[in-house]
Amino acid sequence: MRRPGTSNVIIRRRRRELVVGAILLVLFVLLPLPIGNTYLRGLIVLTLLYAGLSQGWNILGGYCGQISLGHALYFGIGAYTSAMLFTVLGVPPTLGMFAGGILAGLAALLVGWPCFRLSGHYYAIATLVVGMTALLLVQNWDFVNAAMGITIPFRADSWSDLEFRVAVLPFHYVMLAYAAVAWLIAWVVEGSRWGFYWRAVKDDATAARSLAVRVFPSKMAAAAISGFITGVGGALYSQYVGFIDPDSTLGLSLSVLIALPAVVGGVGTLWGPLLGAAVLIPVQQLSIAWLGSAGNGIDLMIYGMLIIALALARPQGLVSLLGVRSQAGGEVAESA
Amino acid sequence: MTAAIVLQVAIGGLLMGLIYALVAAGLSLIFGLMDVVNFAHGELLMLAMYATFTIHQALGLDPLVQLPLIALLLFGAGAAIYRGLIARSLAVRFNTGMVQVFVTFGLSIFLVGAAQLVFGSDFRAISDGVLSNRTVAIGQVVLPLAQVAAGLICLLAFAALVLISRTEFGRALEATREDREAVALIGIDRDKVFSVGWGIGGAAVGIAGVMLSNFYYISPTVGSNFALIAYVTVALGGFGSLPGALIAGVLVGLVEALTALVMDPSLKQVGIFAIYVLVLMFRPRGLFGRL
Repeated sequence: MRRPGTSNVIIRRRRRELVVGAILLVLFVLLPLPIGNTYLRGLIVLTLLYAGLSQGWNILGGYCGQISLGHALYFGIGAYTSAMLFTVLGVPPTLGMFAGGILAGLAALLVGWPCFRLSGHYYAIATLVVGMTALLLVQNWDFVNAAMGITIPFRADSWSDLEFRVAVLPFHYVMLAYAAVAWLIAWVVEGSRWGFYWRAVKDDATAARSLAVRVFPSKMAAAAISGFITGVGGALYSQYVGFIDPDSTLGLSLSVLIALPAVVGGVGTLWGPLLGAAVLIPVQQLSIAWLGSAGNGIDLMIYGMLIIALALARPQGLVSLLGVRSQAGGEVAESA
Repeated sequence: MTAAIVLQVAIGGLLMGLIYALVAAGLSLIFGLMDVVNFAHGELLMLAMYATFTIHQALGLDPLVQLPLIALLLFGAGAAIYRGLIARSLAVRFNTGMVQVFVTFGLSIFLVGAAQLVFGSDFRAISDGVLSNRTVAIGQVVLPLAQVAAGLICLLAFAALVLISRTEFGRALEATREDREAVALIGIDRDKVFSVGWGIGGAAVGIAGVMLSNFYYISPTVGSNFALIAYVTVALGGFGSLPGALIAGVLVGLVEALTALVMDPSLKQVGIFAIYVLVLMFRPRGLFGRL
């Protein structure tokens, strides 16, 4: 399948990706310093969060090709686990987020077990229904305060508790670290044996099976990693916002918002989720702030139109504008 | 809990189930035809309800009289969605399956926003129609007339769908589903068949919406709940199967009503999702689906 000599090309390309990633990281470390505006800083924090979340979604939805419309479930599990551990037992969220991530990863395995027998739209709908079931149950679960949600009490400025009197700047670095680690995980798995399995499963599961790729375990591995990253993101979100409720952490619109940056930026690509989040999240947030504050729905109209326009005009994702080759399926994205 | 109450709840659930079945049939038709899931299906229902409400307010036409009008309107909406968005997303060369999912999701978000802009977020209701506030009594069972009428009309519309699927056009639909390339060779215009298919799917939702607006509140987000039930119904009955949609719809309506009887009403959908999970585990293709 691969011509001799290409492996060198691939190694060089992957090294280049690391260099670009490091440069971006430095830029983002410096980015908030000249920006005094708190709202703008908050916007960047959210963008970084969704870049990380979508990078997690992309591992299952992009590389492995299993379009999940229920990722809010893993986000919610992460958010609720960390919040409950912190408010009830006093466990610092820096630990709680790993507990949340692991639980979310396990949940992804549990969901995957029956759902991975389905393919295409059947799978997408199954994840949607599972996600909505979870929303309904949590809305009625008194132990986690049902539909009222949980307010995370402020105790003291603390990095281990991820609580800050002025939260925006510290959380810039928290979310930057999150997005960077998610990116690094994607970079590692993209070049690993799993990465090749996933792309094979995505292209043609039957052909992959005939080449001794174990399809089901491959999907389960993608689901676990993807669920873990999403769960950790949910835990960080709960500490950043200080309040979680079922609608904001388990709703369908969140599942879509987790998937969209990868879809808009380029599914199954390393840079797609970053680029997609950088375009989508500011547009969505700014249109809410400027147009939708009266609840008139114009923000939703713009958001919906943007999704349609980008999906139709750039189905291969915005990364194709940069001439980046799609890693999934190996088509040359710039040719279209 | 007397037998009469259980019977009353069960019949209520059955009637609701007939509405679910018709909504699901529209979704199933489109899915079976071209392997496209319309994630804006619930918003078509919402549009039909608002259209009925607006015409009722402006012209004083009773929802029942509006049935053919709204069905035609939603036929047009379905066909327009196909021509404007779906045909384009099917022509895309990359990630076709994914583009289709997110284009219809974008449409659903857009339509909710548009409804909010035009009608506001308040709940609306039609309370002075011919069917409003009347009941029918059969023995000890007392049912709202609007719900009985809705069940019957939806059943009729369902029968019409089955008849359509047996006509010349129905066979063209079937042929296009089997092999969309080959039908072009025997003179079937694929785009035309697909847009009529979307139109019929829209009309089915339109009829359900009119009947629903007689007794159900109307809001910009009313569609999402019905859409979710429609996905479960279609998955339960088997994608693309009309009899499956009918039986699954009625089953879902019954289970929902009976769950509300034994559990907290806010948990009434848990019963539906529980059967869905069971079907998923033991019969992934649904009750009547082809794999």
